[in-house]
Parts: sequence; structure tokens; C-alpha cells
Amino acid sequence: MERHDGPRRDSLWRRVLYIVRRSPLAIVGIALILLIAVMAIFAPWIAPYDAVRVNLSQAFQPPSASHICGTDDMGQDIFSRIVYGSRVSLMVAFVVVGIAATVGTLIGLISGFFGGVVDMVIMRVVDAFLAVPSFVLAMISAAALGPSIVNVMLALSIVWWTWHARIVRGEVLKLRGTEFMVSLRSMGARTPRILFRHLLPNCVGPIAVQTTLQLGFAVLTAAGLSFLGLGAQPPTPEWGLMVSVGRQYLPASWWMITFPGLMIFLLVMGFILLGDTIRDVVSRDIQ
Amino acid sequence: MLKYVIKRLLWMPLVLLLVVTLVFFLTHMVPGSAIRVLLGPHVGEAQLQKATAEYGLDKPLLTQYFIYMGHLLRGDLGRSIVTRRPVATELATYLPATLELTFFSLVLIVVVGVVLGVVAAVHRNSPLDILARGVAVGGVALPQFWLGLMFILLFSYYLRWFPMGGRMEMTIAPPTRLTGMYVFDSLFTGNWAALLDALHHLALPVLVMALTNLSTTTAMVRSSMLRTLNEDFTLMAKAYGHRPFRVHYIYALKNSLISAVSVIGLTTGYLLGGDVLVETVFDWPGIGLYAARSILHVDYAPVIGVALVIAAVYAVVNLITDLLYGALDPRIRY
Repeated sequence: MERHDGPRRDSLWRRVLYIVRRSPLAIVGIALILLIAVMAIFAPWIAPYDAVRVNLSQAFQPPSASHICGTDDMGQDIFSRIVYGSRVSLMVAFVVVGIAATVGTLIGLISGFFGGVVDMVIMRVVDAFLAVPSFVLAMISAAALGPSIVNVMLALSIVWWTWHARIVRGEVLKLRGTEFMVSLRSMGARTPRILFRHLLPNCVGPIAVQTTLQLGFAVLTAAGLSFLGLGAQPPTPEWGLMVSVGRQYLPASWWMITFPGLMIFLLVMGFILLGDTIRDVVSRDIQ
Repeated sequence: MLKYVIKRLLWMPLVLLLVVTLVFFLTHMVPGSAIRVLLGPHVGEAQLQKATAEYGLDKPLLTQYFIYMGHLLRGDLGRSIVTRRPVATELATYLPATLELTFFSLVLIVVVGVVLGVVAAVHRNSPLDILARGVAVGGVALPQFWLGLMFILLFSYYLRWFPMGGRMEMTIAPPTRLTGMYVFDSLFTGNWAALLDALHHLALPVLVMALTNLSTTTAMVRSSMLRTLNEDFTLMAKAYGHRPFRVHYIYALKNSLISAVSVIGLTTGYLLGGDVLVETVFDWPGIGLYAARSILHVDYAPVIGVALVIAAVYAVVNLITDLLYGALDPRIRY
């Protein structure tokens, strides 16, 4: 791209490097996500045992050299289940946020750009969604759809597009009256072109921040739904479900809840720290 | 001011109407019959149809919706299919427990959040700042159900400091019902044994709620405190030779408290959202546990009722917060 005169702007890449080098928390976040991503991708090579093979003679083993996180009530190796569980959690996170961000962004663009009755109707629907805590709505949707991990993804998508819609609409409203928009119109740019070539790129920063943070909350919420029995069903290696099963065997089998719960925490923490880092990168004024 | 309050109060039923509509269609979006779940798999077709007709589940969806709305306008929230009791009665039984839990969590969040936020701001970029923010952000990432179980494991099973769950020991009679909130009821009636026991049972769930919801308040107080510390009156106070402690914790803090109030509404929303999980873990007999149970039985009327109550509480708290915010900050006029 051609560089314009005026105040020199650092490249995005240099900003990223600058911020990451200054913030140890950003490095922790990136490391956590990478670690769990590697776990998910190379699961068959990392997991020492089959994640779903029942072996009752090995049930309730405390952590040891052969089962570093112990075994559960079915004699399944918890570490192996945790490794495969990373696939489930990451899949839920990316599918939900992918759908929610796409749908929400589209609706937000339309709502902010057209205004009037369209905007009014869309925003009232959004208001209704935001008037009830999203976990409660997700719970209701998941229950209505029937408990399964696919339906959890569907339920979370139904609830979460609203956050993106609101943010994108806000960004569009900021740009609406500006000279930039007026000049586009006067040059005869068509609506889709304005929406996707000019408005959308201006919303990328806030969308990126919101998306990353939501990846974390998707993991957290999906685990919560599975914990309540509204999500993944046995024998799926899902972290929230593992905690739910382990709960029945407290306090003797403490390892059954400790390690899966810890993994949820680490993954969510990773996404939150990454989101904060992205916020620092895209925010225009670095202190 | 009065005009603003009236406008908000008029707006509230509309939002609740939207919420009921939304939840009604969410619960009915899959034509799975609650009756089938309730009666079990080994039930004759005739019996199934009879029960379905009894609850009006055989009518078209829109008809069901208008019937429900008609009842709702007369204050009738329907009946639970499982317990066969009116939903309104059950909500009245369970709501005080949830309000109690939410209230005390909120108090703890405001106190701890303000302390963390102020300390972080005063010692900006120091290890203390990083620690305070770390605690706040780390709390958000903790799964509430897991933290609750870990607390029970540690503080109830191993250390035996706190009860495993519930609101009160079986051996202690609950206080006379005034508000339904045990702490206040026992306080008003001077029932000290009940008060102590109620607080003892509240401790762990409140701690879980507070730890996992600290971040908004802490972040808000920190940034507002940073702004205040750079303002002229703070510099002036320092120039006059007031000790930093006094300037930070008396003059500047007062300003930052306002920002803590401004996020109470938002925090209440988070608390009500996490309520289901925390109540499930601690066997806390509030509307969250009621909702979880009803949902597993595909019992729709209680679910819509809970959503409606939560939305109403949320709306009222938001209104109070906004008014309080306006009263505290003279720059804000409605």
C-alpha cells in the first residue's frame, strides 16, 4: 500500500512486538493459548491413553506415575480426557464466536447504517436479550434444543450475536454523520460497497477485542452448561462435564474435579489476556 | 428528574414484555413436549394426549403465547408441571434466598473492588498494581461452579470451617419470616443463633460470587482514581502539604466511589447470571436452583417466571443505580 505523508504510523506488526515485549501478561496469554492449541492439534500423540475407553479395574486411581491426573469412575485416564477435551472447548469457542461475530456484525452494520424503523426494531430485540443475563438465556435455549454439545454451540450463538451487533452499530453511528461518509455517497458508492469496504474495516479493532474476550466466555459458559447437564453428554471428554461427574465422588476423588477445572481457568485466562493485548494494540493512544 | 424516573418506570413493563416474548419463543422453539419428559417413556398415547390437552400444549404456538400473555396480565404466571403449584407462589418462596445472596455478594464486591482499585491506582505499575489487577482479572476466568466445589472441598471437607451448603442447619429454626432473607429477619427479631448460622452459610457462596465478579468494579475504580489523582484539586491538596495518605484515601477516594456505584447495575447482571451455577453447587434454595431444576424437567412456566423475575430485579437495580449515580455526582442531571 502507498504510504501517505503526515505523521508516521508504525506498522501493525511493530506495534504488536512493542506491546508484547512490554507486557509480561501478554506473553503469558499467548503462551497459554499456544499450549492448549498444541494439545488439541496433537492430542492423539500427547494423550497416553484412549480418552473414552472404560476400564473399571482402574477406576478412582489417584494421580500416579502411570496416570498423572488419576482416573475417573469409569477408569478412564483423566489426563488423556483433558487433552482431548481441549479439542471440544476450542471447537465450541471458535464456532460460537464465529457465528455470533458474523451474524452480529452484519446486523449491527445494517442497524447502524439504515437507522429508522429497522434500527428501532433490531435494537428492541437486542434490549430484550440484554435484559436477562446471557447465561440464563443460553441455559433456556440449550434446554429447549436438548442437551448436546452441538446444541450448546447453537444456543450460545443465538444469545451472543447481540453483543457484536451493539458494538458494531455504535461504531457505525460514530461514522455516519462524518465527511468521510458524505463524500462516499457523493461519489456514488453503492450501499453494499459502503457497508463492507468502508464501514466494516473501521470496526475491525473493536470486533477483534470483543471476539477474543468472547472466546474465553464461550469456553466458560459452555463448561457451565455441561456442568448443569445441559451440554456435552458422557462419555464426551468435556471439562465442565468432567467436573460435574467428579462432584459426585467428593471428597475422596478430588483429582476428578481439580484438573479439568484448572484447564477451563487456564484457557479462559489465556483468551482474556490475549483480548487485553489486542485492545492495547488497536487502541490509538498507547500510554 | 421526576420526568426521567417516570419515563424509566413506564419503559420497564415494555422491556419485561419483550423479555417474556423472547423467553416464551426460546422455550417453545423446539416442539419437544414437557409432558413426555414428565410422564416418562412408558406411557400410553391416550394418556399423553390427555395431559397435553390439560396444559394446553396441543394448541398452535401463537395461541399458546396469547393465552400465556392473557394470564400474565392478570398476574398469573401459570403452574409448574412438576410440582403442580402456581409459579408465582414458588417464586415468592425462592426469591428472598437469591436476593440475600446477591445483596451480600454485591456489598463484598464494592468494598473489595474499591480497595483493590484504589491500591492499584495509587501504586500504579508497581507489583502491587499488577497483583490487584491480576486478582480481579483472574477471578473472571475462574469457573464459578469449579471454584465453589474447590472451596467446599477445602473449607468444608478438609478444614470443616464452613457448612457444605444450604441456608441453615436443620437443628436451628429459621427466623420468623418478614422479608424471607434470613440475615435480616434474624437481625430484626433478635434471633442471634439464626443470624450467626445464616452468615455462616452465606460465607462461601458469597465469596465465590464476589471473587469471580470483582473485575468490573476494580477496573472502573482504578481508572477513575487515576483520573482523579491527576486533577487540579488533588495536586492542590498535595501542594498545601496534606499527607499523601489523606489525599489518596479521603479526598480522591470519595470521587472514585461514584464510579463504583455506576457499575453496580452491570455487576448485578453478572451476579444474577452466575446465580444458577453457584446455587446449584451450594444447594442454595433460590430461584437459580429452581430454574436449573425446572429446566432439566423441561418445565416451561417456572423458567419463564424466573427469567421475568431476574429481568425485573435487574431493571430495578439499574434504575436505582442510575438515580444514585445522579444524586452522588452533581454534574449529572437527568
